[in-house]
Amino acid sequence: MRLQKATRCALYAVLELASEPDRQMSANEIAEKYGISTNHLAKVLRNLGREGLVEAVRGAGGGYRFAGNPKRTTLLDVIRLFETVETVSSGEREPGDETPEGKALSQVIEEIEATERATLNSISLATMLKLVGRHGAA
Amino acid sequence: MLSMNGYHLGIMSLTDHKIGQDFIIRIAKADDVPAVVAMDEAVTGLAKPDYWQDIFDRYGGRRRGRYFLVADHEGTMVGFIIGEVRAWEFGSPPCGWVFTLSVDDKLRLGGIGTALFQAVCDAFRKYGVTKVRTTVARDNDLVMSFFRSQGMMASSFLQLEIDVAS
Ligand SMILES: CC(C)(COP(=O)(O)OP(=O)(O)OC[C@H]1O[C@@H](n2cnc3c(N)ncnc32)[C@H](O)[C@@H]1OP(=O)(O)O)[C@@H](O)C(=O)NCCC(=O)NCCS
Repeated sequence: MRLQKATRCALYAVLELASEPDRQMSANEIAEKYGISTNHLAKVLRNLGREGLVEAVRGAGGGYRFAGNPKRTTLLDVIRLFETVETVSSGEREPGDETPEGKALSQVIEEIEATERATLNSISLATMLKLVGRHGAA
Repeated sequence: MLSMNGYHLGIMSLTDHKIGQDFIIRIAKADDVPAVVAMDEAVTGLAKPDYWQDIFDRYGGRRRGRYFLVADHEGTMVGFIIGEVRAWEFGSPPCGWVFTLSVDDKLRLGGIGTALFQAVCDAFRKYGVTKVRTTVARDNDLVMSFFRSQGMMASSFLQLEIDVAS
């Protein structure tokens, strides 16, 4: 699985902000830390704001603050805001789907997708922050 | 910390104010069995007294490498965990295996599950194993999220199955 650029930006932003929920950070600061484009990130942050995961702080300094529930927001919740985590069974019909070969192929791909979903859906932002800690975050 | 049977039994404070009292993690006793049966029945809808008696006979009390621990809040059993050291397949060293965990549904999210899991991990560590494993239904979001929160990751072993019924 390869995450789209916007999804990666969003995950970095929510993890960064959720790691210190009282702190506000500008798009610039976050972009710099992760080496991503500020423009791109600004758009992503507005999206996250509409979904209630972050909030824009007005006034001096400005910036963004985490506004979600880190224990109840999973990686899948965030990813789904930016890309469709589509499954073979819910996706468009492809040529050959009804052949035995097509069905066997779908069965194998569904097995992979089910594991992927279970992984992303069981890791909350809070759990993810612990994992970040184990990788030696500053 | 008290040390019994070669591993520690911790006395913890509930972070959740629903109880506002301490609970202890201790080794299961014979008179916990009815409460275990009732808690399992509340989750699964099936009362299995013979099954749990048999589990108690094999895992209860003080045993090396087998741990049946309960969380006790003022004399009431409010959660339990069962694990054992298993000789692991395919040339891997023995590991700790957790095969049952349950917390009273009125007292969940108060750290009891974490305390039980940490206690059984302590026991495994004292025994000398360095890896703890369990198996969870892929769609059981609750239990999966719990084990994830404890830092568990997917193992390098995949469970495979086949239907052999004719
Ligand atoms: C899984 C279970 C043991 C957790 O027990 P618990 O005492 O509530 O666990 P804790 O309070 O220690 O929770 C630890 C972490 O697990 C995760 N977690 C627990 N319940 C959760 C829920 N409902 N949703 C999302 N995450 C959850 C959280 O990350 C939590 O961390 P937090 O306290 O910082 O929020 C309990 O929910 C349970 O008994 N469930 C039924 C188990 C079952 O079906 N057993 C039969 C098969 S073995």
